[in-house]
Amino acid sequence: MAERPIIKVRDLVVGFGDQIVLDHLSLDVRRGEILGVVGASGAGKSVLLRTIIGLLPRRQGSIEVLGVDLAKVGEAERRALERRWGILFQQGALFSSLTVRENVQFPMRENLELSPRLMDEMALAKLEMVGLTPDDLNKYPAELSGGMTKRVALARALALDPEIVFLDEPTSGLDPISGGDFDELIRTLQQTLGLTVFMVTHDLESLYTACDRVAALADGKVVAEGPIEVMLECEHPWVKTYFKGKRGGLLADRQLSA
Amino acid sequence: MGEVLLTSQLKGERLELAASGSWTAAHAGELETLVDTAATQAARAKGVSIDMGGVREFDTFGAWLLERLTRTWSSTGAIAEIVGMPPHDRNLLAEMHNVNRGPARAHARDNTIVGALAAVGKAGAELGDNLAAFAEMLGAVGAATIRVLARPQDFRLTSTVNQLDRVAWRAVPIILLITFLIGAIISQQGIFHFRRFGAELYSVDLVGILVLREISVLIVAIMVAGRSGSSYTAELGSMKMREEIDALRTMGFDPVEVLIIPRILVLVIAMPVLTFLGCLAALYGGGLVAWLYGGISPDIYLARLTEAISITHFKVGMLKAPFMGLVIGIVACAEGLRVKGSAESLGLRTTASVVQSIFLVIVLDGLFAIFFASIGM
Repeated sequence: MAERPIIKVRDLVVGFGDQIVLDHLSLDVRRGEILGVVGASGAGKSVLLRTIIGLLPRRQGSIEVLGVDLAKVGEAERRALERRWGILFQQGALFSSLTVRENVQFPMRENLELSPRLMDEMALAKLEMVGLTPDDLNKYPAELSGGMTKRVALARALALDPEIVFLDEPTSGLDPISGGDFDELIRTLQQTLGLTVFMVTHDLESLYTACDRVAALADGKVVAEGPIEVMLECEHPWVKTYFKGKRGGLLADRQLSA
Repeated sequence: MGEVLLTSQLKGERLELAASGSWTAAHAGELETLVDTAATQAARAKGVSIDMGGVREFDTFGAWLLERLTRTWSSTGAIAEIVGMPPHDRNLLAEMHNVNRGPARAHARDNTIVGALAAVGKAGAELGDNLAAFAEMLGAVGAATIRVLARPQDFRLTSTVNQLDRVAWRAVPIILLITFLIGAIISQQGIFHFRRFGAELYSVDLVGILVLREISVLIVAIMVAGRSGSSYTAELGSMKMREEIDALRTMGFDPVEVLIIPRILVLVIAMPVLTFLGCLAALYGGGLVAWLYGGISPDIYLARLTEAISITHFKVGMLKAPFMGLVIGIVACAEGLRVKGSAESLGLRTTASVVQSIFLVIVLDGLFAIFFASIGM
C-alpha cells in the first residue's frame, strides 16, 4: 500500500558559505514509524532535522511535512503546522526561568484556551506519561538531572498531542540504563499516541530497540535506508564500520543470535 | 469541521450519552464545559453509558476529559460504561486511567499582607546577603593579592593587558564625548545664571572646581559601572552557569586569582586614567562654550582657570578614582559569582551589579567629601 509519506524530502541542498552539508538528499518518513537517522559527527544529521522544521534555510529542493511545504505557505499556515509537531532538542532547551509545570503548560497556554484546572491536570498527565512524579512539578530546570531534563523536554514536545515528534539525540548524555528506559518510553508513547518519530541519534542500542527503520547519512546523502537488517548488509564503508565495527558488531551478533 | 458534541438522554434511571466530533486539544476548552455539565446530570442517574462511536479524532486531551468524567461518576456511585470505542483509543484511555492519581496540589497562593511582609523581609535579608557577598569578595581579593605578590610569576599579565584594552582603551571615545558635553553644559548654565549679576567669569571657577573635584570622576565611574561592571557580571555569571569556574577550581586554579584579580586591577588602573582624560575633555568643552556662548576668550579662560583651581582640586578628584574602580570591580565580580543556573538569574544579577555599584560609588563620593573637608583639602 503506497501511503503518502508524512515527511517527504526531495533533492535537498543545504550549505553554509562554501561548505555543502546536505547534497541533493532525499528521504521519506512514513506515518506511524520511528525513523532513526545516523551518521558521523558533522555528517549533517542535526542540520537535516533543523532544516525540516524550518530553523535553517535551504538552497534547493522541497520538504513536505504533513503534505505542506513550509517555504510555500504563509505565517498562519506555518503556525498551524508547527502545532502539529513537537521537538526535543539535544540539550532539552527548557525555559530556565519557568518551572517544570510551566514549561509543559507553555505551548498549551499559547495555543489553546483551557481552564487553569484542565491545564494543571494535562501538564501532570503528560509528566506522568514520561515517568515523572507530582513532586517534580514545581522544580526549575536547573534542579533537574540530565535524564529528567530530557523527560520534561519530551513532555513539553508532547504537550499539544503532536502527530510528529522530532528527537535530536534523545539518549546522548544519559547512562545506558536511562538511555534504554528512554528508548522504551519513546516506543510505548509512539504506540499509545500513534506518533511518527524522527530521531537523530548516535546510539546503536536505540537503533536496535526503538527504530523501525534507519537512514544512514554520509557525504551529504542518504547512503542506506531500511530496517536494521538492511543496514547490516550495506556495503558503504562508513555504514559497514558503524554497524560492524567493534561496538556495533557485538550488538549485531546479539541481534542475530536472538 | 470538527464539531464537538455530547448529547444526553435520560432513559428511566439510566443516562445515555452519545459523543461525536473531535475530542482533541483544539476543542478541549468547549469539551470541558460539556463534560462538566454531563457530570452534574449524571448525579441523578443510577447508571450511565457513553457511546464513543461517533468520535472521529481522539487524543490525550479527549481521553483525559473522558477519564475525568468517569472518575466523577464513579465517586458518586454510578458505573459508567463506554461503548463503541476503537481499540487504539482504548489504549490511550487506559494510559490516562493511571495518571493524576495523586492528591490534587493547588498552587500556593499567599495572603497579600503576608506576601507584602515576606517581600520586605526578603529584601532585608537580600541586603544582608549583598553586604556579606561584598565583604567576602573584598576578603578573597585581598588574600589572593597577597598570594600573587608573594609569587609574582603567577600574575596573569596577558589577561590583564587584554582587559585593559577592553575596559580602558575602548572606553576612551565615549568617556571623552560624555565629559566634553557635561563640561559644556555646566559652563553654559553657569554663564546663563551668573550673567544676571555680571559675573560670567565666575562660571570658569564653577566649571574648573566642579569638574576636577566631582563631576568627571562620578560620570566616569557611572559609565564604567554600566559599561564594564555589567560585562564582568555577565561574563563571570555565564562562566558560572556553564561550570567553567568549577572546571578551573578542579584544575587547581583559584578563580579569584585567574579571573577576578586581573579584572579588578584593570579597573583600578583604568579609572584614574579615564578620569584624567575626562577632566581634560570637560575643561575643553567648558572653555569652548565659554568662548562661543559667553564671549570669554580662550586666553582669559585659561588665565582665570589657573587662578581658580589648584593642584589640590585635581588631587581630590584623582585620589577617589581608584577606590571607585575597586568598588565597581568587587561588586561586579561578587554578583557574577552569585549567578545561579537560569537565564533570569543572570539578568537579575547584572542589573543588581550596575545598580549597586552606582549606588556605592555615590555613597563613597559622599564619604570622601566628608573626609577631605575634615582634613582641609
